[in-house]
Amino acid sequence: MLPTPFDYETLRLIWWLLMGVLLIGFALTDGFDLGVGALLPFIARTDEERRLVINSIGATWEGNQVWFILGGGAIFAAWPFVYAISFSGFYFAMFIVLCALILRPVAFKYRSKHPESEWRTRWDWALFTGSFVPALVFGVAVGNVLVGVPFTLDSDLRSTWQGGLLDLFTPLPLVAGLLSVAMLVLHGSGWLSLKIEQGPVLVRARRWGQGAALAAVVLFAIGGAMLTYGDYGFRVIGTPDPRGPSNPLFTAAVAAPGAWLENYSRFPWMIAAPVMGFAGPLIALLGILRRADLPVFLGSSLAVIGTISSVGLSMFPFILPSSVQPAASLTVWNASSSALTLWIMLIVTIIFLPLVLLYTAWVFRVLFGRITTEQVRSNPDFY
Amino acid sequence: MIDFAVVEMSRLQFALTAMYHFLFVPLTLGLSFMLVIMESIYVMTDKAVWRDATRFWGKLFGINFVIGVATGITMEFQFGTNWAYFSHTVGDVFGAPLAIEGLMAFFLEATFVGLMFFGWDKLSKLGHLGVTFMVAVGTNFSALWILIANGWMQNPVGSKFNPETMRMEITSFMDVIMNPVAQAKFVHTVSAGYVTGAVFVLGISAWFILKGRHTEVARRSFTVAASFGLAAALSVVVLGDESGYALTDNQRMKLASLEAMWDTHPAPASLTLFGIPDVEARETHFEVSVPWVLGIIATHSFDQPVRGINDMVATAAERIRRGIFAYDAVERLKIDRNDLAARARFEEHRADYGYALLLKRFIPDPRLATGEDIYKAALSTVPNVPVMFWLFRIMAGLGFFMIGFFALAFWRASRHNFEPGIFLKAAVVIIPLPFIAIQTGWLLAEIGRQPWVVEGSLPTFLAASSLTIGQIWTTIIGFTLLYGSLAVIMVRLMLSTIAHGPERSPPQRGDVPDRLSGAVPGIIPLPAE
Repeated sequence: MLPTPFDYETLRLIWWLLMGVLLIGFALTDGFDLGVGALLPFIARTDEERRLVINSIGATWEGNQVWFILGGGAIFAAWPFVYAISFSGFYFAMFIVLCALILRPVAFKYRSKHPESEWRTRWDWALFTGSFVPALVFGVAVGNVLVGVPFTLDSDLRSTWQGGLLDLFTPLPLVAGLLSVAMLVLHGSGWLSLKIEQGPVLVRARRWGQGAALAAVVLFAIGGAMLTYGDYGFRVIGTPDPRGPSNPLFTAAVAAPGAWLENYSRFPWMIAAPVMGFAGPLIALLGILRRADLPVFLGSSLAVIGTISSVGLSMFPFILPSSVQPAASLTVWNASSSALTLWIMLIVTIIFLPLVLLYTAWVFRVLFGRITTEQVRSNPDFY
Repeated sequence: MIDFAVVEMSRLQFALTAMYHFLFVPLTLGLSFMLVIMESIYVMTDKAVWRDATRFWGKLFGINFVIGVATGITMEFQFGTNWAYFSHTVGDVFGAPLAIEGLMAFFLEATFVGLMFFGWDKLSKLGHLGVTFMVAVGTNFSALWILIANGWMQNPVGSKFNPETMRMEITSFMDVIMNPVAQAKFVHTVSAGYVTGAVFVLGISAWFILKGRHTEVARRSFTVAASFGLAAALSVVVLGDESGYALTDNQRMKLASLEAMWDTHPAPASLTLFGIPDVEARETHFEVSVPWVLGIIATHSFDQPVRGINDMVATAAERIRRGIFAYDAVERLKIDRNDLAARARFEEHRADYGYALLLKRFIPDPRLATGEDIYKAALSTVPNVPVMFWLFRIMAGLGFFMIGFFALAFWRASRHNFEPGIFLKAAVVIIPLPFIAIQTGWLLAEIGRQPWVVEGSLPTFLAASSLTIGQIWTTIIGFTLLYGSLAVIMVRLMLSTIAHGPERSPPQRGDVPDRLSGAVPGIIPLPAE
């Protein structure tokens, strides 16, 4: 049908990058919503304070959450193996995240529909749970991907997963989970720095942000040390055919401790990612100490970009290594859709992603400005 | 070996979550366009009452929309969690429309819906109308892409099985988009959504009129709902998706089973109105039928026969026999990718590969199938005939009822007849009917596709994830509890919002003074006045 100007190898590389862009897009936009939700019970005490916090993301969380949906859809379309194996394998973890993410929209919308404080407190906790739990579980999941996950593939390429929910909570995934929480809480407080009026709530948010920034730096360092000295890493054996058919059984790989750091010596420019992962929280911290607003948000954004990129670049070309059948590991070269599908999806993305960014920017511009207690009191449309 | 209990439970969970999701989506589809209509009238006439109406229905829209969005998250990920082998086998084709839905439609509606609620004082009237319109366009585009995905499962065009990757891959994306089954489904489904929205607005407006409350908003809303609903109800039935039923073997089987038509009828086939299907005897008792009608609807011709169930079973048996050759070839290719003879044999029989997989229900290796296995597998291609037969009659019956009801509502509204009485009471009572029609329609489409999850390519029983029964029980119970409590909260919130009624918003710059407040009962101006 459509002539493909790129070869299969390039398309796979582009879609690996795009998967990163989508995950980062999700963490940058919905990430601050999750952070704000997780901070809610701790930084806002009275109902008015809570409404101030909620309405700082009230009009935009819904659009932001689409990054998550789109991430799921794009992985389905471009990396069907990854979608099928990881989602069915992380079954209970996915279920918990789904429940949390189902609770969250409803909590936003319904919380302020009744004046009783019992009703509102209950929804506030739903908002907290709906934000904190996904932030934690996403991190734990990424940590497990770094460790390698216990799936096997048979000759029909049907996957089976060996292990349950509790097997996911080993040291590295826990560090990753906490790092994810710290990073998103920092990002949330960065957003609040821009979006709510000066006052006691903002002061508390920034105090939490300070702790989160420190935690992010420390946890990122611990994670890095574990990858360096721990028993983590996989390596491809032989030369995989980057243009070959997407069948994981055609390639081979083995567990190789320390291999996750090999890319950095092979491609030194990649060090930029972990550098950003460290610099971001430090810039945010400096912003908080100096009482500046924009640097906090920029710093937390940098932290998100740097941390997620570090994971992706360390693992390249792996996407989902298997701990029990390393030869079945999913890589950029063996787990994608067909070249035609990748090409069609690329065209669609090139047309629509800029449009999405354009109208999202417009909506943020219309809603520009700090939310004030005065508005919360008087505007009938507010949550 | 396949655990059939896991498959059945996975189907149950999918049905529960999809049907629940699809209680809210149709209302979103319908209400979004009615909001556009009402707000357009506000922008054109500058009458505050139309803004009040838009804001009131917008509030109900919001309460409903958010549950639709929240439960939609489950749908996007459930293919991966519970249908991993399906996801692997069809991701190359099926994933694309799903991702495009996110990028093209869901982003649009979700980004603008916030502004729709929060932007009343930040945008010009026209600007806000534009935002509301974008939400409506987004929700409808969303339905389009989802139904392109679903339509492909019913009629998998533009793709073929690749033995090297053991999955279906796209050959023509244009064919996937222009799939006639998907197109028919889209029009049919969104129209059903419009009817749902119209019945909802009509019923609540009738209730206000009966109570003598908020009659200003209620009468106008009634009129909009009556006209919008009539057009939509006609479109649901006239553009029903039966037109796609002549395309593939499975679609023909679906048609034959919902008609409980056991034997092939000479052209043009007659349409059964009523009967009692008897699966044992393979005949339908007490049949009342209209000559010619089915043949014309299904084949758009007078000379093509509509094939019956028995005939289709015989075809399935032949295809299974041929499929075994393709299956054997695939197994040989697994051992040696470069086995040219096997590849040639696969190419020859590729169309029937999926039919051989049906045998896996009875025997692990289809190549060892006996004649009896093949016969059993061929019989398994018949969906549940009595269920299909009755679901169709409930759905179609409600569809025709809606046309009659809206015709009456439209006639009354155009005569400004809002006298409290039996008709308005009926309008309140029938609010659940479109929901029932839509749910039966979904069941009809999905049960009718059985035993396939993707017609002719992948049987449902092979498509589930390798999970344990305990895992699925946990999530079924979890989802039921969560969804159940959300439903209770949502209905309560809807009822209290309705009881509260529309609010009079403070006058805005440019509003035309509403001279008609306290006007003569029984007469309201039409939008154009």
